[in-house]
Amino acid sequence: MNYSCSRYELKCNDCGKRFGNQPLSACPDCLAPLEVAYDLDAVRGIFTRENIAAGPPSIWRYAALLPIPDGFQPDLPVGFTPLIHAKNLGKRIGATNLYVKNDAVCFPTLSFKDRVVSVALANAQRFGFETVGCSSTGNLANSVAAQAARLGIKACILVPADLEAAKILNTQVYGARLVRIDGNYDHVNRLCSQIADEYTWGFVNVNLRPYYAEGSKTVGYEIAEKLGWKLPDNVVVPMAGGSLIRKIRKAFQELIYLGLVEEKHVRFFGAQATGCSPIATAVKQGTEDVQPQKPNTIARSLAIGNPADGPAAAKMIRDSGGWAEDVSDVEIVSGMQELAETEGIFTETAGGVTTAVTARLYAHGRILPDEITVACITGNGLKTTDSLVGHYAEERAIRPRLADFGDYLRELEGAQELAVAGDIHGN
Amino acid sequence: MAIKVVLPTAFTRHTDGRKQFDSSAHDLPGLLADIDQTFPALSTQIKDDDGKLRRFINIYVNDEDIRFLGGESYAFKDGDEVMLIPSIAGGKI
Repeated sequence: MNYSCSRYELKCNDCGKRFGNQPLSACPDCLAPLEVAYDLDAVRGIFTRENIAAGPPSIWRYAALLPIPDGFQPDLPVGFTPLIHAKNLGKRIGATNLYVKNDAVCFPTLSFKDRVVSVALANAQRFGFETVGCSSTGNLANSVAAQAARLGIKACILVPADLEAAKILNTQVYGARLVRIDGNYDHVNRLCSQIADEYTWGFVNVNLRPYYAEGSKTVGYEIAEKLGWKLPDNVVVPMAGGSLIRKIRKAFQELIYLGLVEEKHVRFFGAQATGCSPIATAVKQGTEDVQPQKPNTIARSLAIGNPADGPAAAKMIRDSGGWAEDVSDVEIVSGMQELAETEGIFTETAGGVTTAVTARLYAHGRILPDEITVACITGNGLKTTDSLVGHYAEERAIRPRLADFGDYLRELEGAQELAVAGDIHGN
Repeated sequence: MAIKVVLPTAFTRHTDGRKQFDSSAHDLPGLLADIDQTFPALSTQIKDDDGKLRRFINIYVNDEDIRFLGGESYAFKDGDEVMLIPSIAGGKI
């Protein structure tokens, strides 16, 4: 069944054919992916700074450019997360105009996936799916489980078996059916394609994907709005499948087209873990031919070895004059610690990737200190505490006595002095 | 020697509704040639203007991406299950 809407419809990326609105991700003729295309001129008088400012403090303030069904009444305050001027981190890595887009606090499940899921599930309801599902490296699983629970839709979620314990628990607690697959994300993803082909379920990142992906645009809208309706010079984005970075650019292009921001050439920088860096590798080699990799990194939320949007993301990054970098697991942990210690933001491993890559981009002169740069932090550190095990000492308990506390402090300070002396003497 | 080829529903309009068929192809180029002969309409759908497999299609052999097995040089083994699955994203380059 086709659900018509005058504002938007599915369009083939390659052959340009249009398909109305239906749960479909690939063009039946040329098999290319479908995207949501808008009649931007039809929303010109609606999608204005004033109307947006009058909207709720959530992604729904941008509803006119989201593919949500007519009459849909969103009541979940997803998104509109802080954009903070990261002065302390900037000082440490040589940046004066660095901002952090903090989706570690996105509602309701503490990752940017809440944005995409809220749009996807609005469409799952429209299409009448009684069960929704997804293939996930964790954050998406959490979000689908939570939001499906609220909407009273059944959820069946497939994840790689070795996912972080917190991400498993954060899916199960909402009552979702969780299926652990003995394989990596790419195996899970392939299986979900087959299940979506066989069962009449709504898979948010398979047959609902064109709608789902549009939710990512709101990161771009928010960056521009929170910068006072200006675009940054650079954006650093973690890349798993490569969709988010493209959708942020789409948001900027729409804002320029509609006159909400001045035209500006923004450079895009992709961040990956060395243990799973197919897109960064392609960018460094100057090609869009993204070769799949077997993931081996602690940044499991980015561990997609065969990124579906990889070729397009690689080309987009190079065309923008940007770059892509990858960092080791050790650097990822340092990145997490650095962001927490300087800005009070506890991010998951993917955020460690973004932070470490951002630091390297400044160090290598690919981003200049005074350029307005936004680093996108997409998930919360409480979900990947496994990666920090062994990095902090387990403090012994002391008796509840003032004298003991004094002794304890002196002991700590003594240990610190010893450590400093060790450093000086090279011990 | 025979392999089992599994297709998604989207392809079955070109195969008289069949979701799987057997082939005696020895490798991927052989399989594409077989599809050329047996299901010419499907062949047109899965190959681009240059006659190459469209980049939106992933090939799996017994759950593994064929690119990890050597791609076109991988020699099918008797009983292999070969799946053709369209990529669920990709975007315009």
